[in-house]
Amino acid sequence: MSSHSTTYVPKNAAAKWLESRLPIIGLVHSSFVAFPVPRNLTYFWTFGAILMVMLVIQLVTGIVLAMHYTPHADHAFTSVEHIMRNVEYGWLLRYMHANGASFFFIAVYIHIFRGLFYGSYKAPREVLWILGVIILLLMMATAFMGYVLPWGQMSFWGATVITNLFSVIPLVGDTIVSFLWGGYSVGNPTLNRFFSLHYLLPFMILGVAMLHVWALHVPGNNNPTGVPIKSGKDAVPFHPYMTVKDTFSIVCFLAVYAWFVFYLPNYLGHADNYVPANPSATPAHIVPEWYFLPFYAILRAVPDALLGVILMFASIAVLAFLPWLDTSRVRSGSYRPVFKVLFWGFVVTCLMLGWLGSRPAEGIYVILSQIFTFLYFAYFLIAMPLLGLLEKPLPLPNSITEAVLGKKAASGSGMPVGAAAEPQSKG
Amino acid sequence: MAETTTAQEPTRRDFLFLATGAVGAVGVAAAAWPFVAQLAPDAQTVAAGAPIEVDLAPIAEGQIVKMFWRGKLIFVRNRTPAEIEAARAVPLDDLKDPEADQARVMEGRENWLVIYGNCTHLGCVPLDFQGQYGGWFCPCHGSVFDTSGRIRQGPAPINLPVPPYRFATDTSIVIGEAA
Repeated sequence: MSSHSTTYVPKNAAAKWLESRLPIIGLVHSSFVAFPVPRNLTYFWTFGAILMVMLVIQLVTGIVLAMHYTPHADHAFTSVEHIMRNVEYGWLLRYMHANGASFFFIAVYIHIFRGLFYGSYKAPREVLWILGVIILLLMMATAFMGYVLPWGQMSFWGATVITNLFSVIPLVGDTIVSFLWGGYSVGNPTLNRFFSLHYLLPFMILGVAMLHVWALHVPGNNNPTGVPIKSGKDAVPFHPYMTVKDTFSIVCFLAVYAWFVFYLPNYLGHADNYVPANPSATPAHIVPEWYFLPFYAILRAVPDALLGVILMFASIAVLAFLPWLDTSRVRSGSYRPVFKVLFWGFVVTCLMLGWLGSRPAEGIYVILSQIFTFLYFAYFLIAMPLLGLLEKPLPLPNSITEAVLGKKAASGSGMPVGAAAEPQSKG
Repeated sequence: MAETTTAQEPTRRDFLFLATGAVGAVGVAAAAWPFVAQLAPDAQTVAAGAPIEVDLAPIAEGQIVKMFWRGKLIFVRNRTPAEIEAARAVPLDDLKDPEADQARVMEGRENWLVIYGNCTHLGCVPLDFQGQYGGWFCPCHGSVFDTSGRIRQGPAPINLPVPPYRFATDTSIVIGEAA
């Protein structure tokens, strides 16, 4: 990032002094002020900023909650109740944190589906995309371990079910599981190390998120047409155009988040987790948090435990290979008539898997899970490679400006004020 | 540069480079060892996992009693003659994890079934006397076990395992010590 050529000119002596020693203001200026973004970005492009805000909310509320929480099997549950009843605004901080996790996932799933539809994973953004998949994995690990900390029934049994996944690994499975547990079953050592890791992983997410932004700023943003910026007319500077759009979107998103925090704080949780962990009784119906349900459905779809675990991990890993599985040279789904249909079919598949993950594993639900698991993988492994070869895409616009203003205006001087701000300095 | 052949020969510098690298690799591995080893069950946990003695006298015929050994749930079931008969009548070919009932209990004490109480699928606790075989039914993912604790239907890959145990007297067992 330090190799940025920047248009930032320090205005006073102190800034000049700092800039010649550590050009950090110039870095921020070229990344978040003068940075050229396509002029046609929609609100779907604001979820990156929303995610940054959610990460900060989770970090701040989490660090504060850790000051009142006790990571011990005998005290964890009561310390969470202590936070809810005794700590000033403890109820608010905990509800912000618990619902924050859900809204983090809502935002990340919208962000991912945006990338899937507009082909944001395609060259030259493969590394950017893979970093995103790594962030998703880290988020899942963090959310899972966080859910264990209140040490309720769902915490305990969720931890048991998920750690036992590793026991299906041939030969070393049992050793790995006992090293995860720090014992012969899920217990106090498990809770203790999960707390430590739950505190660590968000900072790793923060680090990878910075790499993600860095990798974004090399090729620049994709956009709804998928056509890259070709001239100054196609771009607007990040500030004020994107800062305002991001801020407005963040406010709207936080309004819905606040509605849940204040009016439906337990809607996304499970009542069973208000029962202290009991190793001798399983809740009648163990389900993970909603954001894991599609993967849970894939896990349970096949009758073989090892195959189920492999499929579940593969369902995320396959995302990382998508840049090479999709053979189409057209980025944006807007210009791919058949892809568009399949994409929405894929969205429905994910929603159906989510619903099936919440159903008991019996009868018709098992068969439906198998069908939709097949469709999930078929999208990546069959549809994406073949479609690029068979589909006839619609004609692409010559430029972003042409797509927005039409051919005539694009060739004229219909340029908005500020649109010419330094597009060549991108990256 | 005059003698190009000497460049092909291993020099003392090459030797030092490889030797340093090898020592460095051993050092990194040695330094990493404690960080991995600390994840293993600690001495207190291991000590708490010592064998336990269980009195069978209060367990009536047809009853299932639950206990913990090493934090793991164990079912001790005093089976009725009908339940034993049901477990033994099944042909081994019908089983997913073929194992005779005789191999899962002690000879002469066929009524006592001692098994781990966590489903071999993902560790949930199966419900007593449920499922069409009158054994156990796991509510999480639908595994059905018979009166010998063997998997009959559902995703569990193997039977509920028998922990190491021995009869100390006619009415007591020691879990954690093999017979």
